[in-house]
Amino acid sequence: MFWQQLVNALWLGSVYALFALGYTLVFGVLDILNLAHGAVFMWGAFFGLLAVTKLNMPIWAALLVAMLGAGILGIVLDRVAFRPLRKRNAPQLAAIISSIGASTILVSLAQGAFGAQVSRFPFDTLPAQVFTAGPVRVTLVQVIVFAVSLVLMAALLLFMRRSRSGKAMRAVAYSGRISSLLGIDVDRIIVTTFFVSSALAGASGVFLGLAFSAISPFMGAPIELKGLAVIILGGLGNVPGAILAGFLLAATEVFGVAYVSSDFRDAIAFTVLILVLLIRPSGILGTAVERRA
Amino acid sequence: MARALLTVDNLQTNYGAIRAVKGISFVVEAGATVTLIGANGAGKSTTLNTISGLLKPAGGTVTFDGVDITGWRADRVTAAGLVQVPEGREVLAPLTVAENLELGAYTRRDKEVAQDMARILDRFPRLAERRDQQAGSLSGGEQQMLAIGRALMARPKLLMLDEPSMGLAPVLVRDVFEIISEIQAQGTTILLVEQNAKKALRAADYAYVLEHGVITQEGTGAALLQDTRIVAAYLGSGH
Repeated sequence: MFWQQLVNALWLGSVYALFALGYTLVFGVLDILNLAHGAVFMWGAFFGLLAVTKLNMPIWAALLVAMLGAGILGIVLDRVAFRPLRKRNAPQLAAIISSIGASTILVSLAQGAFGAQVSRFPFDTLPAQVFTAGPVRVTLVQVIVFAVSLVLMAALLLFMRRSRSGKAMRAVAYSGRISSLLGIDVDRIIVTTFFVSSALAGASGVFLGLAFSAISPFMGAPIELKGLAVIILGGLGNVPGAILAGFLLAATEVFGVAYVSSDFRDAIAFTVLILVLLIRPSGILGTAVERRA
Repeated sequence: MARALLTVDNLQTNYGAIRAVKGISFVVEAGATVTLIGANGAGKSTTLNTISGLLKPAGGTVTFDGVDITGWRADRVTAAGLVQVPEGREVLAPLTVAENLELGAYTRRDKEVAQDMARILDRFPRLAERRDQQAGSLSGGEQQMLAIGRALMARPKLLMLDEPSMGLAPVLVRDVFEIISEIQAQGTTILLVEQNAKKALRAADYAYVLEHGVITQEGTGAALLQDTRIVAAYLGSGH
């Protein structure tokens, strides 16, 4: 049973990590919690679904469509919900409230467009293949979700470390003021951040939709809360921390269900979160000095 | 007479409800080193921050290299070749020394960035030793060198230095002024704001004295060094 749970924790963790990466990225650059991240995730899943069912695209192309669509949605979100507040130097709380409002609107729009019922990717979207190794079962979907999530995370880390825009993004995360003195167009970096962050949310939406075979306008809410836990656990704004914490939260959840009870699924995970924060208030990889407003 | 690279005309800036800069005018000629001296709170940094675009002027104009740049955003001012080293040596602490220098050349698209980086690391061996360390782990003096080196990576036409010697030990202050004279020798125009008036006046071709947001005196560095009122007000008998 242990190995089976480990496999489950790995693929689920990769989706949590991917979702939380974009979440923490926006926090790192803008110092705001974008509580509409889960709604963008949900829209990403629907973009992917529409690409498969209406445009008859193969799943890999649908994933690109979902990422692009979610990315553009993220830019629109910034323009409408965050940028006007930023220009007026509104307090952080205003941005959080604004993001909750945006989230509600995005969920309602999805409800209007797709109905409240659960939609699914067609069964032949991916071959229903199952691999077995002794007592351990793993589906092709899970393998693909895990592998592609890892590739996307590696791509993001590489982008942040090596590319000119990625370095500028880290500069803006530390200080918009210094960055602007270096000739960095801070507004453009913020737009890039929202695009990248939301594209990752869109991808994780497709992955979770595929793996659980369930897409609905309300699928963003539970992962929103888990994502929040993950980025706090990893250290706010800390990209490697979010990855680590994503896997950690999934493992706690999966093993909690397996060894304790499924009734306590989220309770166990959040108990662990609270315990970790009592020991390390700034998160596993968070350091008070590394980031500042 | 050389042409004016930077012309500030009747510049005014509010700092909250207070008018910190009350209509000052001065000129920086191409190739020259000009200094603004004055007591704490005289409006020196506010003046630089307004020129560089960090603060918006309440009135007046700033002309750089023949272009009216009044009220431009800071990144555009930097891209135009007017580069500020901010007060308090603000390095990008979580990024490495090498990344700080690379981002100094953010606005450049030419092929000589790597060459300039090698030259700067050559000039500052301490930075070369620490090129892959986080900039935040450097000492105060090293951070100031990094901040200056980073600004030079942009190949500025005019370099604005805001209190580069502030908070540094005397031996490091000497280093900073030595670097300033090297930058001068390479032909870069400099606008220097300093509280260390004596050193600043020695380094400068021309100087303006700022008091409560207005310019009260001006002259060559050498002339102001001889001025008894300046000596009394800013240089002190102990210097």
